[in-house]
Amino acid sequence: MHTIIEKRQLSEQVYLMRITAPLIAEARSPGQFIILQVDTEYGERIPLTIADADPEAGWITIIFQAVGGTTMRLAQLRQGEAVAAVLGPLGNPTHIENFGHAVCVGGGIGAAPLYPIAQALKDAGNRLSVIIGARSKELVILEEQFTRIADELIIVTDDGSHGRKALVTEPLKELCERDPRPDLAVAIGPPIMMKFAAATTKPYDVRTMVSLNTIMVDGTGMCGGCRVTVGGETRFVCVDGPEFDGHQVDFDNMIKRLQSYRAQEERAKHACLAEAQATAKGNV
Amino acid sequence: MSHTSPIELRDQARRLLAELQAKEQLKARDRLAIPQQEMPSQDPIVRGRNMSEVTFGYFEEQARVEAERCLQCRNAPCVAGCPVQIDIPRFIRQVAEGDYEASLATIRETSLLPSICGRVCPQENQCQEYCTVGKSLKDTFKSVSIGRIERFVADWGAGLQGLSDDALADPNPTPPSALGTDDPAESGRPMAAAEAPDVKPPTGRKVAVIGSGPASITVAADVRREGHEVTIFEAFHKPGGVMIYGIPEFRLPKRIVEDELRTLEAMGVEIRTNFLVGQTRKLRDLLDKDGYDAAFIGTGAGLPRFMRIEGENLVGVFAANEFLTRSNLMKAYDSDKAHTPIYQPRRVAVLGGGNVAMDAARTAIRIGAEEVYVIYRRSRVEMPARAEEVDHAEEEGVRFMLLKSPTRIIGDENDRVVGIEIQEYELGEPDESGRRRPVPIPGSESVIDLDTVIVSIGNDSNPLITRTTPELEANKWGNIVTDERGKTSMDRVFAGGDIVLGAATVILAMGEGRKAAAAINEMLAV
Repeated sequence: MHTIIEKRQLSEQVYLMRITAPLIAEARSPGQFIILQVDTEYGERIPLTIADADPEAGWITIIFQAVGGTTMRLAQLRQGEAVAAVLGPLGNPTHIENFGHAVCVGGGIGAAPLYPIAQALKDAGNRLSVIIGARSKELVILEEQFTRIADELIIVTDDGSHGRKALVTEPLKELCERDPRPDLAVAIGPPIMMKFAAATTKPYDVRTMVSLNTIMVDGTGMCGGCRVTVGGETRFVCVDGPEFDGHQVDFDNMIKRLQSYRAQEERAKHACLAEAQATAKGNV
Repeated sequence: MSHTSPIELRDQARRLLAELQAKEQLKARDRLAIPQQEMPSQDPIVRGRNMSEVTFGYFEEQARVEAERCLQCRNAPCVAGCPVQIDIPRFIRQVAEGDYEASLATIRETSLLPSICGRVCPQENQCQEYCTVGKSLKDTFKSVSIGRIERFVADWGAGLQGLSDDALADPNPTPPSALGTDDPAESGRPMAAAEAPDVKPPTGRKVAVIGSGPASITVAADVRREGHEVTIFEAFHKPGGVMIYGIPEFRLPKRIVEDELRTLEAMGVEIRTNFLVGQTRKLRDLLDKDGYDAAFIGTGAGLPRFMRIEGENLVGVFAANEFLTRSNLMKAYDSDKAHTPIYQPRRVAVLGGGNVAMDAARTAIRIGAEEVYVIYRRSRVEMPARAEEVDHAEEEGVRFMLLKSPTRIIGDENDRVVGIEIQEYELGEPDESGRRRPVPIPGSESVIDLDTVIVSIGNDSNPLITRTTPELEANKWGNIVTDERGKTSMDRVFAGGDIVLGAATVILAMGEGRKAAAAINEMLAV
């Protein structure tokens, strides 16, 4: 039973859930993800990254944005209820070592999977710079947690409502221009952000890892839906990733592939909203 | 292609059976003259719009007439062609005598899954290939229809046999396997699963079975029968492996697989879904920390293979695995209920000529594609798919482009598929597989307009279990290496099915499972 032991709404669309999952909590490492289902008869399988875990207490934390049919249904579950199915941990753990100076760049809810990686890098002895970007102040998440571990924390928002009014690439470029340059950059966020983060570090030859979240069905190497072009080769995000060299990833193709089911997803979302409205009316 | 109505087939069989029963004794010559009984099936146009099983199964009269075609050869060449050595002449004779219960018992002596094997075994390359009737008539396809009779017996045992008179009142009858509920998954189970076989008293030994496809189901049953505790670990949210995610409902109804799994549970086998051995827990930990005395790896075929041609990562290009899993396991064909989307294909090319390619092409027809082409680089006789599946696909409107192979997939500015370039081939000298090698004809390229490409050229083995279990020896293709009894390089660990064989069939996986189970039972008896 994957009981929701804590549910918090972090912003209008962003939720945090702490879920009982003792085996996953014990086996997982930073960088890995799960596949989750709200209903095992007709429900969709969606990949979500693990934001935190406690192997002793046997829980994992996920942070997600309720923007599609399944995430909206997930957001409707209450504390004490159970998530129907959770499979994991999937994918390869992040390679952690003391690189020297590591820059972690998180965009939107990408800050959630970034957090355990940043923490592991810090624990391994790296000097840690963190750049967190969001559209506006209320969408900045985990600021407190990052403040605790980062040697340097830079917050940027699109509208300037918190921190600098900038995109993440601006402070990232500044860090790359410093002497000595950072030894490693890790960028996790919307594909377009990762694309430009990788493009920013490329001229400075700063090794840049990105964590990809593509379309997936099984998450175990069977369906091939998650494939991306990396350095001209087809790779599977679920068994070869989810982390890849950002300078080698064909982001343009990946972004288009993510749109494969857009029409169906829009319909599903509207159906889900209609369902929620009908339930709300029924409750009155 | 002609389609004979079920009623006609039944009436023909009725008349024939009466004639045969009127005769004193049938000589071999008489038996060879009995026409082979055609499998009744849904009308091709009608079935192209539903997911229900294509075939209805033999009527009782047909099964008995077909059984009379068997010559009861003393040397039984058919048995040698069966991976699990069913006593074929005996179970067929029992059908001819009308003793279906005895017949089912005969099959069950060696085969665990007759209702599945009767449907998906490639009998024309196994038992029926060696049948004396087929040899005498100089046509394997005229052999005694052993598989259809097997299916009749198994369905009889499950109360699913043939169309009833009520069902026949409808010009387009519903297959028995789809009756009793609108949705097989929510079925109220009108029919009980076969009675659970006896299990010996507990031995206190525990066996982990990894994967829940045909090899694993066989191992679980055989090991459990000896009184050992068995846990099946399945990565998906539903057990059954390829029989659930891969083979479509119209070829193998899910309720049949579910019934077999229920039988396992009734025997006391524990099934843990959403558990990926290697990731959720290491194989080593199952053996060293969780008290399992042995493990069997039956994780099946893995990573889908692609052709390595330009445009393979365009939007609208899918591995058959993905397309079929969305439709079968995730039920995406039922867009009113399912939350998983499936690409709405209009003009489709399926690349490959195996059973999976046929399944993908026929699924595309059923979810509304207007044109479906199967592109295969050799000719029809070399196609690895079963002839019956190819015929069914053709009847349903799938078009075959043979001796052609794609050279690139063409996309628009949004990276969406708009066409495929194909090159013509001719057959040259036979290659190492004995099939004539296709040779490209220079300058023969042409382009077909399409929006969907489904790649179905096989699988490479899944790296997860070998990657997380370094002591497990694999060959250069990533298949686990075993001895002839399924034992791997790792102590107390066995393997079988596609993870060892590469892509094979349900029955071969079962045969492998049977051998490995015997080895496990022997090891645990000490």
